[in-house]
Amino acid sequence: MRNMNLRKLPFLALVLGVLLHFEVVADGMRDTVVAAMEASFEAKKQATMDRLDQDETQTLCTQHAAGILPSAVAERIMTLNRATIRPPPDGQYLGDWKGGELIAQTGTGFQSSDDPTKPAGGNCYACHELSGSEIAFGTIGPSLRYYGKVRGTSPTTLAAAWAKLYNSNAHMPCSNMPRFGHRGILTDQQLKDLMALLFDPASPVNQ
Amino acid sequence: MKSIYGCIRGLLLAACCVTLAWAQSSTEEAIAEYRAMFGDENPAELWQIRGEELWTTPRGPKNVALAGCDLGLGAGIVTGAYAQLPRWFEDTQRVQDLESRLVSCLTDLQGLDEAELLKSRFGDGAKKSDLEALTAYIVAASRGHTMSVSIAHPAAQAAYDLGHGVFYYRAGPHDFSCATCHGESGKRIRLQVLPKLLDPVGARYAYTSWPGYRVSQGELRTMEWRLQDCFRQQRLPQLRYGSEVAIGLTMFLAKNAEGGIMTAPNITR
Ligand code: HEC
Repeated sequence: MRNMNLRKLPFLALVLGVLLHFEVVADGMRDTVVAAMEASFEAKKQATMDRLDQDETQTLCTQHAAGILPSAVAERIMTLNRATIRPPPDGQYLGDWKGGELIAQTGTGFQSSDDPTKPAGGNCYACHELSGSEIAFGTIGPSLRYYGKVRGTSPTTLAAAWAKLYNSNAHMPCSNMPRFGHRGILTDQQLKDLMALLFDPASPVNQ
Repeated sequence: MKSIYGCIRGLLLAACCVTLAWAQSSTEEAIAEYRAMFGDENPAELWQIRGEELWTTPRGPKNVALAGCDLGLGAGIVTGAYAQLPRWFEDTQRVQDLESRLVSCLTDLQGLDEAELLKSRFGDGAKKSDLEALTAYIVAASRGHTMSVSIAHPAAQAAYDLGHGVFYYRAGPHDFSCATCHGESGKRIRLQVLPKLLDPVGARYAYTSWPGYRVSQGELRTMEWRLQDCFRQQRLPQLRYGSEVAIGLTMFLAKNAEGGIMTAPNITR
């Protein structure tokens, strides 16, 4: 038993060496990319240089972008992001769908060319189908047509949708969807209005 | 006579825009329509003509034309040069894309001031860009040429690898990277088709049709402009013209477009 393990040792060392080598190569590339990014940009209005800095989620998602996300890394990302979710303090999930439609239509916010005193949009239509009357929708995300009509409005359904809007990476690590609440892109009130767009029976999404 | 043509063209264009707003199912169709509207008259030609004048007329404190400018195929040779850029240049000891190479030629050979040149790197109405005009002229001289970029030099390989790394770099309030919007084929933002820039098909489609005359802006835009505008949408700071990242990404896209046939300058949305 002991002997067999010992005989396997050189092989294990080789595997470990190869794995470590890949890590080092990947790390070296990361340093190169970060240094080049720092040298290749300059602050412009609200788009300041700290926007180039990555949090742990962004770092991990970049590192594994070209391959398959290892399950331990996926767990780590979901744990980190689940911890950020804050339900609405007053327990009210649903605002005004009309406000939500406007937020879904608005693509500005946080670009160097945007007025920082104006509220940012969610730009939902860039990636999702929502209301039937808006035909200029993108296809990066799934269709959200009849969202509330199909799912109903049980407390767990509402909480799950809130979590998705607040921090998409809590349940879908490295999602293409921004973490609207956690990253301060949209306010609680804006998120509530979007919730109403998804769930209100009067909302065009459910018509 | 000329003004009647202009009028008809305007009407056709307006009709085209209405059609667009109504039921256009894809940008490709829209662009094909725009191109058909303009017929043989590509507005990019105005930039090409001005670029040729700039290339052949003695200018700058040293009062020389750009006959001594080597775009990679030898001094003064423009035909086919763009289809082999970016590349490693011995004299500057750098990998350069067309635009950064032009800046080198205009400053080193003609003695023009770099800061002044870069101030008007992107034209805006009455403020014309010499760099955009020169780029249009030189790119047009590669029409019909096959994309063939060398990464044999270690620095060229490093530029490609950097571009690859930057393509996946997620940052900013929205967590976007190039791959967020260009990592899959067959996806759209609103009605704009997004080419998958990692694949030869998508990369060729995108790369060989830039620079382009943008109908929405009435300006000719180059690859340097395209990249800095995508970074703006990514909510990142301003990309520096001719920077390591700009050249690395251009190298990455140009190499992925290997084998594509250059058609630019084209008419784009
Ligand atoms: C938020 C989404 C988004 C991100 C992130 C993004 N792009 Fe784009 N990109 C677009 C859109 C939309 C277009 C089409 C623009 C148009 O037609 O007006 C486009 C067009 C392009 C084109 C021209 C394609 C063509 O067919 O003409 C290139 C090249 C390109 N992007 C490269 C990049 C690179 C490189 C990055 C990363 C630095 C990047 N993009 C990041 C949305 C994005």
